Amino acid sequence: MKLYIAKNEGAVGKRIALDDMILTKDLPTAAGSRMLDGYMSLFDATVVEKAMAAGYAIDGKLNVGEFGIDLMGETSYYGAIATDGHLVSAAAAAIEDGATAVLSLDVNGAPRRAAAQSGTVCVKPTYGTVSRFGTVPAACSGECVAVTAGTAADCEALLDVVAGYDAKDGTSLPDALRGEAKPIRRVAVLTALTDGVDAETVARIEAAKAALSKNGIEVAKIDGGELIAARVAWNILMSAELCNNVSRYDGIKYGYRTPSYKTIDELYTNSRTEAFGAFLKTVILFGSETLSTDTYMKVYDQALRVRRVLVEYFKSLFETVDAVLLPACSTCAYEENVDPELAFTENLYTAPASVTGLPAVVFGGVQLIGDAFSDKALLQLADLCEKEGK
Amino acid sequence: MKYETVIGLEVHIEMATESKIFCSCSAKFGAEQNEHVCPACCGMPGMLPVVNRHVVDLGMNAGMMLNCHINRTTTFDKKSYYYPDLPSSYQTTQWFAPVAVNGTVTIETANGKKDIRIKQIHMEEDAGKLVHDDWTDTTLVDFNRTSVPLIEIVSQPDLSSAEEVVAYLERLRSLLRFAKVSECRMEQGSMRCDVNLSVRPEGSDKLGVRTEMKNMNSLSAIVRAIEYETARHIDALENGTEELVQETRRWDDIKGKSFAMRNKETAGDYRYFPDPNVMPVVIDDAWYDSIKASLPEFPEVKRARYIDAYGLSEYDADMLTQSRALCDCFEAAYAECKNAKEAANWLISDCMNILNKSQKTADQLTLDGKALGELILLVLDGKVGRGNAKKILIAMFDEKLDPAKYAEEQGFIVSNDTGAIEAIVKTVVAADPKSVADYKNGKEKALMALFGKCMRELKGNCDPQVLQKLLKDTIDSL
Repeated sequence: MKLYIAKNEGAVGKRIALDDMILTKDLPTAAGSRMLDGYMSLFDATVVEKAMAAGYAIDGKLNVGEFGIDLMGETSYYGAIATDGHLVSAAAAAIEDGATAVLSLDVNGAPRRAAAQSGTVCVKPTYGTVSRFGTVPAACSGECVAVTAGTAADCEALLDVVAGYDAKDGTSLPDALRGEAKPIRRVAVLTALTDGVDAETVARIEAAKAALSKNGIEVAKIDGGELIAARVAWNILMSAELCNNVSRYDGIKYGYRTPSYKTIDELYTNSRTEAFGAFLKTVILFGSETLSTDTYMKVYDQALRVRRVLVEYFKSLFETVDAVLLPACSTCAYEENVDPELAFTENLYTAPASVTGLPAVVFGGVQLIGDAFSDKALLQLADLCEKEGK
Repeated sequence: MKYETVIGLEVHIEMATESKIFCSCSAKFGAEQNEHVCPACCGMPGMLPVVNRHVVDLGMNAGMMLNCHINRTTTFDKKSYYYPDLPSSYQTTQWFAPVAVNGTVTIETANGKKDIRIKQIHMEEDAGKLVHDDWTDTTLVDFNRTSVPLIEIVSQPDLSSAEEVVAYLERLRSLLRFAKVSECRMEQGSMRCDVNLSVRPEGSDKLGVRTEMKNMNSLSAIVRAIEYETARHIDALENGTEELVQETRRWDDIKGKSFAMRNKETAGDYRYFPDPNVMPVVIDDAWYDSIKASLPEFPEVKRARYIDAYGLSEYDADMLTQSRALCDCFEAAYAECKNAKEAANWLISDCMNILNKSQKTADQLTLDGKALGELILLVLDGKVGRGNAKKILIAMFDEKLDPAKYAEEQGFIVSNDTGAIEAIVKTVVAADPKSVADYKNGKEKALMALFGKCMRELKGNCDPQVLQKLLKDTIDSL
């Protein structure tokens, strides 16, 4: 069990930790995989450069599930982090340890689940507003660099530093689009996505509703059952992109190479067989299948269509409300030996924002999804509700 | 039974860009191994592709030259396969919305003109190069070529002979060189070709079993390969020598045979999908129009204009329209000196000689056409002798210079001082009574010898007609 995969003991001042999907040239980056154990990047991620330029010191690299796609780090090559038989948020542990905030790559909702279960604040920003240059690619069409902190204010401060146009990321959006944050006045609870969660999560939703109302926010209810489709769509897109992105790890140029091979095919096969974990292999196989000539139109193309429908659905929703409220996960804690495949169902709550690129903020154990570029407005609302709770 | 051959081509052409398609590494040929590489074109995690806009310019340019429809929203897709020369294990290419579709290329053979339909033109990145060392039994990889921008031109199966294939490839090469899309140098691998071939009974509308020969890079090898494959297919159909299967074959030009590489069953599934890291490229009217406006005249249109408007011979027009660089230089020189025949002669003989000596092709001509026109004017106005003008031309290949100024510096300006010329003529004539006597006895050659001696004494700075007259007058007066 390892919280830090690599630690910068000399870090002083405002310290931030990075999850191990974010590349650094002075500290190794393994992405939770044996494949990249000890890998040294030739460059820093843009978010790292920006944070350092703003005076943040890099505290170290936090343990992460293999390529960031699991529930909460349980598939890491370096072992899951757990106490009392339950998985623990690495980001929350680092914050407890003195870090001001944590940057992590939100591929499949893990940072949001971790924030919900540890009582921290996490923002998964609008897709394209924070550069992905220098993050280990997993599911590029939806993953974003997320910020986790003890308070909404700390979260917003670091988001302000790392956000902005980056010419090195072809999907980076011009700064002019971000504009001023419109305040959020109307929030709708998504009832279809609060069915089936545990009692404590229901209680957190109720507490959040009360805090919102006290702050003069109009709280309504809508079904939102359409958003259930986001989960399957994201599972298809994520698996396919991941399968393609990890195909570069072939044991030829860098990363793990098997000691036993005679032919080039054996070199590929044995290196990947020995270095990748079981859950990752499941996802690779599933992703590969969705892209095969026979299934592409029936599966992958349908997922792209669902993505488009969901973007339109949110657009119509945001004509009447400013944000939606929903859980970030179904339970307040995962068992230490949980089946990682649960990540394919638990992302029911995180996939809507991943698949549409919309911003999501987790605070007080619940999640708000707002319109594109409402990141700061969501954080400011979270800040008000936090103060209410105290 | 009579058979006909059905051929479709996939032609890969490296685009003439300074940098690679998704990173800023140089795309130039001929560097030391792995000199033009960075983490992006080596497929390292964390790098993201940023589209080189000039690649899209050239893609559109090629599409327009081949009469294609340009897709105003064009997208990039990933094609996955494992090979050590492909560092990211996927190639970024265009599968769903290529830059150009539905074009035509007109070819001309002994049988007349024929339109070959173009299915599509797509832009993609090249792979690296593997160097096999049989001696040490190792394979080394050179990533210089990785991510060098390519276009792939896919034809419909409209070609029916090796002769047509050669005419088609030469036509593509001519058009794309004129549009400055690529130098199309097969020997450097900047033009490569996959040949898809099948054979069917003449008049049948059903296609036969197709085989594909990949990476052909010489016209003569393509001709031999097509002839061999056609004979092999016909033999199989006529005599049942073998069962034809859809497969990829390798052409061995030394053995003069093709060999099976992989068939449909063992072929990989490329698992194409849209590349989420490359946003769709939207070509607006301003961009489209600027490319349209930059297109050159087709070579045959230029050729006709050179003959009709400039009065050049067919030979001269053919020679010049071999190369866009020659045409550009010719047109600039003509604009200056208004003498097409002179401009053509200087380019076709003198300039080509200089290029040949330094083993360069016409496309590598960098001579300033306006300066050439100025030089021609100096000669036509009798200010510089032809011999000296050639010396100036050689100097103009080495550096950009003003011919008039240079002629003055070098003492190449023709003298109009007839007294000085006459004095030299008298000295030369007096020193060579034998030539004078020979000339007077009817030997014209003797006069040429005397003329040459005078020219040497005058360092070439004399109007030949003036000298000729003075020389004759001097001898006659003896």
